[in-house]
Amino acid sequence: MLLIHCPYCKESRDQSEFSPAGEAFIARPKSPEGISDEEWADYVFYRTNHKGNHWEQWVHTNGCRKYFLVERSTISHQILQVAPFGARNSETEL
Amino acid sequence: MQKKYSWYSLLKAGLNDQDWDQAIPLIQPKSKYDVIIIGAGGHGLATAYYLAKECGINNVAVVEKGYIGGGNTGRNTTIIRSNYLRDEASSLYEHALKLWEGISEDLNFNVMFSQRGVYNLGHSLQNMRDIERRVNANILNGVDAVVVDANEIKQQIPIINTSKNARYPIMGASYQARGGVARHDGIAWGFARAASMLGVDIIQDCEVIDIEVEEGRVKGVKTTKGEILADRIGCVSAGHSSVLAKMAGLRLPIESHPLQAFVSEAMKPVLHTVVMSNAVHGYISQSDKGDLVIGAGIDGYNSYAQRGSTKIVEHAAAAILELFPIFSRVRMNRQWGGIVDVCPDACPIISPTKVEGLYFNCGWGTGGFKATPGSGNVFAHTIAQDKQHPLAEPFHINRFTTGGLIDEHGAAGVAH
Ligand SMILES: Cc1cc2nc3c(=O)[nH]c(=O)nc-3n(C[C@H](O)[C@H](O)[C@H](O)COP(=O)(O)OP(=O)(O)OC[C@H]3O[C@@H](n4cnc5c(N)ncnc54)[C@H](O)[C@@H]3O)c2cc1C
Ligand SMILES: [Zn+2]
Repeated sequence: MLLIHCPYCKESRDQSEFSPAGEAFIARPKSPEGISDEEWADYVFYRTNHKGNHWEQWVHTNGCRKYFLVERSTISHQILQVAPFGARNSETEL
Repeated sequence: MQKKYSWYSLLKAGLNDQDWDQAIPLIQPKSKYDVIIIGAGGHGLATAYYLAKECGINNVAVVEKGYIGGGNTGRNTTIIRSNYLRDEASSLYEHALKLWEGISEDLNFNVMFSQRGVYNLGHSLQNMRDIERRVNANILNGVDAVVVDANEIKQQIPIINTSKNARYPIMGASYQARGGVARHDGIAWGFARAASMLGVDIIQDCEVIDIEVEEGRVKGVKTTKGEILADRIGCVSAGHSSVLAKMAGLRLPIESHPLQAFVSEAMKPVLHTVVMSNAVHGYISQSDKGDLVIGAGIDGYNSYAQRGSTKIVEHAAAAILELFPIFSRVRMNRQWGGIVDVCPDACPIISPTKVEGLYFNCGWGTGGFKATPGSGNVFAHTIAQDKQHPLAEPFHINRFTTGGLIDEHGAAGVAH
């Protein structure tokens, strides 16, 4: 079971209050008409599915109901850091 | 030297306990093969077997980072059925079910395939409409299926709770009499032994750490036992498919999730068939050994850890008790997880890739055990002819670009 720190409630709460919401930093294409079917497929269906430290989204379903970012190891499940949306837009950029 | 098993050889070896031959030899890899299969789960071993048996390609290596059948093949709840809704899916799973029906004889290995029937329960009017639609589709596709009502279920399974006062009352079910269960490691060892008798090298404790690609063509693999070359490589590594794809510079429409199961202490026979419910999400059967085998759902987060959350186990246990209150004081013995490769449309990918000579068979997610012989069979032909087997065609990876998805997820109404 994970103990997750909600950056909005500023409290560490049991995982059962939260729901995972998929890989982070998947940005909707800026010009949807201008891109190829391959690029659409990559945006809609293809995923990094990284083995190691991985940025993902969680939502505090039974709390403040806000979405936020979590960096977690998909090998050990250890949570390395959490951040509110807008704090960063990619793995490297702050 | 491996000998054919017969009742005489088993009796003789059983009596003196010495004449057991080694099922598969422990070998080191050669430097080059015609085909390398990555992953010695049931699907990878079946692929190698059919390459040798039906495609005339015997110079094959199966490389496995752990031991054979130690992945999802050895961790699943072994439910076998073919009553999927979509034509493409039911044809593929029915092909597999027909192979299961003759597999013990074909492999000279008892895989304990037991056609004890599978019930998929419905708990609402919408569930029942979906079940009727699926059963009708099955019948049109030549797959055996019937709709049964709550009374018939109660007659067949007296310990099930069909009370109208249940939180999610059972209204009926689809029933596939030819469905059932099989021995998980039996199918892995059966395929491994039969393939190795046809000249296939099965190399355990040999992890692929890189896939070598030169000018868009696959060249070979780097492993923990050195470099192995081959012009054609089939990747059958379930939960680790994205990791292997990345080695070849590819991405997949797949995410890896933990899926859990647990078993009780062994008890006297109490449940003679397989019962699944998607609505309350639990599925159960009783193994020949006597333990109740119970499957749970996936965790929503990505993981490679082969373990999941306790709340998922709790949820499955609650669902099973809802159906079988009699099991409330049964003690659970073991619990584990496997990493399943989930595709957006809950259907597999059996496909060539952008890298010439590199093929993927993955995305079976939570329900690929039942497909083991069929999956290996169509994948072997796909690799041998460099052209998809007709049953595999709809499962090309291009479907995520063209939009030709096979929407089996909600459609089949069941996860496994
Ligand atoms: C708890 C649970 C319950 C399930 N219940 C059912 C069920 O009731 N019915 C059903 O039909 N299906 C079920 N499934 C799904 C089913 O188990 C799988 O779809 C199926 O077994 C996959 O077989 P496979 O041979 O492709 O994969 P695996 O058996 O996982 O084999 C893949 C192999 O690849 C190896 N590998 C990975 N990376 C590398 C590398 N780099 N180098 C070398 N080798 C590598 C792994 O070690 C592994 O042995 C269940 C799964 C789980 C986890
Ligand atoms: Zn919160």
